[in-house]
Amino acid sequence: MKQTIAEYSSLGFVVRRSIPSYTRASDGGRIHRRQVPRTQLIPAPKAIFMACLEATMDLSFSAEELKFRDEVREFFATQYPADIKKKMDNNVRLDKEDFVRWQKILHKHGYMAVNWPVEYGGTGWTPVQKYLFATEMAEANAPDVVPFGVNMVGPVIYTFGNDEQKARFLPDILESNVWWCQGYSEPGAGSDLASLKTLADRDGDHYVINGTKTWTTLGQHADWIFVLARTNTDVARRQEGISFILCDMNTPGISVRPIITIEGGHEVNEVHFEDVRVPVENLVGEEGRGWTYGKVLLQHERTNIAAVARSKFKLKKLKKLASSERFGATPLIESPTFRQKLVRMEIELKALEYTDLRTLAAVSTGKAPGPESSILKIKGTEIQQQLSNLFMEAAGYYAMPFVPEQYSSGFDLDDRLVDGTEPTSALHYFNYRKTSIYGGSNEIQKNIIAKHVLGL
Amino acid sequence: MDFSITEDQAMLQDSVAKFIQNDYDFDARQEAAASDLGFSRDRWTEFTELGWAAVPFGEDDGGLDGGPVELMLLMEEFGKGLVIEPYLPCIVLAGGVLKRTASDEQKAHWLAPIIEGSKLAALAYAEPQARFDLNDTATTATRDGDDFVLNGTKCVVLNGGAADTLVVSARTSGERTDSSGISLFVVDATSAGIERKQYPTVDARQAADITLTDVRIPATQLLGNIDDGLETLSAVIDDAIICVSAEAVGIMQALNYRTLEYSKSRVQFGVPIASFQALQHRMVEMFMIAEQTRSLLLHAVMAQDEDDREAAKASIHALKVQVGTEGRRLGEEAVQLHGGMGVSWELDVAHYFKRLTMIDTLFGNADHHLEAYPI
Repeated sequence: MKQTIAEYSSLGFVVRRSIPSYTRASDGGRIHRRQVPRTQLIPAPKAIFMACLEATMDLSFSAEELKFRDEVREFFATQYPADIKKKMDNNVRLDKEDFVRWQKILHKHGYMAVNWPVEYGGTGWTPVQKYLFATEMAEANAPDVVPFGVNMVGPVIYTFGNDEQKARFLPDILESNVWWCQGYSEPGAGSDLASLKTLADRDGDHYVINGTKTWTTLGQHADWIFVLARTNTDVARRQEGISFILCDMNTPGISVRPIITIEGGHEVNEVHFEDVRVPVENLVGEEGRGWTYGKVLLQHERTNIAAVARSKFKLKKLKKLASSERFGATPLIESPTFRQKLVRMEIELKALEYTDLRTLAAVSTGKAPGPESSILKIKGTEIQQQLSNLFMEAAGYYAMPFVPEQYSSGFDLDDRLVDGTEPTSALHYFNYRKTSIYGGSNEIQKNIIAKHVLGL
Repeated sequence: MDFSITEDQAMLQDSVAKFIQNDYDFDARQEAAASDLGFSRDRWTEFTELGWAAVPFGEDDGGLDGGPVELMLLMEEFGKGLVIEPYLPCIVLAGGVLKRTASDEQKAHWLAPIIEGSKLAALAYAEPQARFDLNDTATTATRDGDDFVLNGTKCVVLNGGAADTLVVSARTSGERTDSSGISLFVVDATSAGIERKQYPTVDARQAADITLTDVRIPATQLLGNIDDGLETLSAVIDDAIICVSAEAVGIMQALNYRTLEYSKSRVQFGVPIASFQALQHRMVEMFMIAEQTRSLLLHAVMAQDEDDREAAKASIHALKVQVGTEGRRLGEEAVQLHGGMGVSWELDVAHYFKRLTMIDTLFGNADHHLEAYPI
């Protein structure tokens, strides 16, 4: 006798499988059920991932998957422009043109929208294919796509937008014709996003937007911005009355002011809206439902946030750096204390890789990962920060020079203070403090796990 | 790449889980732990009747042909139940050596009674001076005609007191720390010259220090090739590390569940302590530790089937480092969040914590495996 049960795995996914009856398993019912003592209560056994019961746990890739990997590897070897690769390998900052040119190449080969459903121009890849692609991309040291269009606003538009909006915006996102930026955080609303104050007042066929958005990454390049704004202030819950509005950055009344971050770079901006008139057809979905859409977007933002492949690549570079002879008679990698930090980080990264794979295996194509993806954000950023810390430590005195211009695209590599990547390391370390703050701070991620996974 | 398990494996997991949850009573476990034997012989008989003792052995040996996946599933449930019956020493350690090295005749004589439950066994490999180094073997086996004569001291032999059969590592050639020259023997535990000093361990198991003084055994009790035992020993210890790590993952789940439930019911300052964010975030850390450890466990289990031996070995080291550092941290947190109740003998939390802590020591602690991890 078999029965089908649904159970929740430890990462929160429902799996269905058939189980043998207890009497059969316990050899003729010799051992009988009885009341469970209170102290023995533990939730049902946690299944791993049981999408398919015919195969056994197996690390290897199928012939088809290996063929796919070879194709992708071939693509990066032949189509990734040498000049962009040179910049990446030497930590030269990329210009807007570099990103756009590279993304158009990705799109030409169908590799732009990795997580989108096929019907909107996505890949429809399996989790393993996505994993292989991310790995090859990191190994080639190719830049990640700028996420604001393809990973953030795109999924909101194809999930909640109308047909006109899909037809108008999605192709330009895929083709990188339009550069999007994010209008979420405000000077008074960071992790507590629902306290946002930007107003969108209805005036005939337009919304009139007033307010300030901040931490707008690469907003200096942007053609369009997606804005969370309050369309109704008379609401019972702060999460109500917020709408999701698309806005052309050329609209009169918008001004962009750079924010210089701790390492001296210009990545983020403040965007001011003063009586900015946006046609009502730029509202996505229903008025007042923006909070719901925004949460979906944030979950997509957490896709690939573990950045495992990228961190693995950097770890290899770090080992090479720590093994080089420039540290005198004893390479740094032989220092017991440095080695210990390195090994602990490598083990954490290996654990994260498998947590990431388990999550990937559980989410189907195009679907946003659930609250368990918060663990990927927390552990992923902790590892990225520790990597940047170890690069800085490995650089020794050369962590100190503050000469940021030697990483801009016009600078002659021969004129740099030293070869290699060391001098960027302190800048990178300071810049990467952002990772545990953005995308919902790591403390917010812990709140999410506490509430939605642990049920607290 | 595939994380799923087969229907048979799911069935095994389910039967063990149900048994542990419904029939492996904590109070009875405590009573058995305090007895002279240190565990319940009736329970052990049940385990063998249910076929669990046969899991990791080949069909030709009367086994169920299970591998690391089956052992992982079984041991995780054993961890949740704090099972004290000697599965690890009998089946995984002593049985692990016998299945790899014994001839058909040796298997019929020594292994079959272990699988069917009529005899208990132990693996005597650790020595007082060796710490966690398997190659450090001072016990000697000297050839004398058709016999070998064993002399030496083995320490903290799990299940060494109750065992009817001992598998013993001894040096047949070379210097004390040489990798080659170690051989494995199977010995009747009641042989003349064997002195056993049995004691309980802090995690409610039983162990013994064993002195071998001119123990004479026929050469037919040599297991596998002479001088060639270290590789086998190392492979068996790797299996055992997967087993105790799976047990640790089960314990972590139990501790996390206990802590969550306790924090919801414990009221201080007029509110359940679960409402305090400082405690919530610590419980989230505990959740993440359990998941990250499970990931490394799955990685290690899956890596054992691959051709890349170095990666397989590294995965074992990584797993043991994680269990020994992060796992212990989880245990300490569980106790702290239980307050005074966490350090009382009465609650199972204290006993989960003690087992989790001792798992770090077994088969090399976190520092040992961190040193050995290849970079």
